[in-house]
Amino acid sequence: MAKPIDQYTWKEIPLGCVVTEPGNAREYKTGDWKSQKPVVDTAKCIKCGVCWVFCPDAAIYKNEEGYFLANLNYCKGCGICARECWTGCIKMVEEEK
Amino acid sequence: MTGKRVGMEVSIAASEAVKMANVDCIAAYPITPQTHIVEHLAELVAEGELDAEFIPVESEHSALSVCAGTSAVGARTYTATSAQGLALMHEILFIVSGMRLPIVMTVANRALSAPLSIWNDHSDIMASRDCGWIQIFTENGQEVYDHSICAFKIAEDRRVLMPTIVNLDGFTLSHVVEPLNLETQELVDRFLPPYQPIYALHPDKPLTMGAFAMPEIYSEARKAHDVALRNSYPVILEVWKEWGELTGRHYQPMETYRMEGAKIALLTMGSFGEVAMEAVDRMRAKGIAVGLLRLRLWRPFPFEDIRQAVRGLDMLVVMDRAISTGGIGGPVCSEIKAALYGQAKRPKIVSFIAGLGGRDMPPEQFEEMVGQALKMKGKRKMEEFITIGIRE
Repeated sequence: MAKPIDQYTWKEIPLGCVVTEPGNAREYKTGDWKSQKPVVDTAKCIKCGVCWVFCPDAAIYKNEEGYFLANLNYCKGCGICARECWTGCIKMVEEEK
Repeated sequence: MTGKRVGMEVSIAASEAVKMANVDCIAAYPITPQTHIVEHLAELVAEGELDAEFIPVESEHSALSVCAGTSAVGARTYTATSAQGLALMHEILFIVSGMRLPIVMTVANRALSAPLSIWNDHSDIMASRDCGWIQIFTENGQEVYDHSICAFKIAEDRRVLMPTIVNLDGFTLSHVVEPLNLETQELVDRFLPPYQPIYALHPDKPLTMGAFAMPEIYSEARKAHDVALRNSYPVILEVWKEWGELTGRHYQPMETYRMEGAKIALLTMGSFGEVAMEAVDRMRAKGIAVGLLRLRLWRPFPFEDIRQAVRGLDMLVVMDRAISTGGIGGPVCSEIKAALYGQAKRPKIVSFIAGLGGRDMPPEQFEEMVGQALKMKGKRKMEEFITIGIRE
């Protein structure tokens, strides 16, 4: 996308809203409306990756030290990772604006 | 005169037009009274007379969904339906127009159930009025043939790219044999070039059609669709003009009949226009200054043509073949009223509902409507609408 979606006028909309650039969904920050975010206590984390397996949005990534963390640009705050975590190291906390 | 003069069932004429338009793909589900159109096309494909894919489906929802797919890859695509079938397509109607896929569809207009009726009125198309397609009404077999061919040229024009519905009255038109002119394949080929899409699905150049629109962009997308549909108007005129020059048969968004000096006029849409002409002749012979307006183009709605056509009229009698229950009554009349509301001088408008579910409308009924309307001339208080010929 050449510019953010909320800057397009109706005259600039492509015919039938066709998307000609494959994979451009990655440019959208789809997680900006979440009300809770997962916070990982790395002292308790065993790096098993079960949160990575269960995340329905593929928003969890592995960092350089091997810990699994959520990319908050895409995480919707559903809490499945916290629910599934074997050691209980993930806590959902309120988003602050 | 060009082409070949034949006597032909109007459904067959519609399918012959589709054949001459050299469609690539047909996906349809048979439903009365559209059946003969689809059956004949299936035969033409099976016998090798038409080189197209005929995709049998299990429902109308699937029929139009298949059409969306074939049109999206750039195939010239056709379907046809009626009544409940159109209702079952409802969801997909909006999807293909939003995606600007130039599918052409014949709707053999029929009443909606319940109670079950297989006969003709316009309640099917009126329930799908806002689907964002170009919508044209026809009066006779020749018009069905002509507009079925023109529809492809209009729909596929790069300035338009909008699906198009050609309405024909079920049974009243679909099942009658009429004299009409079939043009030569050479003429049709000259008139209708192959479809060249701007965007088509192809593995070599991936793109996405019908994607998600966030609240930040949906209104803009809707506005763009509305403007595009309105902007199809000059192209429609251009295509009809070109067809007229080739065949000698000329069409206008609003056709008029004996409007010279008319003080009162009937307004109809579809095949009843021909009966209304007979009624107008009879009333003119009795000295009533009555004329007839026949609305051909329903979407985009021809506001200016309507305003021009009613100039000089004291009264306008609008006949609707559908009823918006619990609301405005006649949908056509309500739109005519809306088109004229802002005018400084406008005729008094009387709304009649007529010919529902196959109820016959002989010329006497049109005379009756004009007679009733004339009695209301000085009255300030009027009923919202009157259903003509109803047993009390």
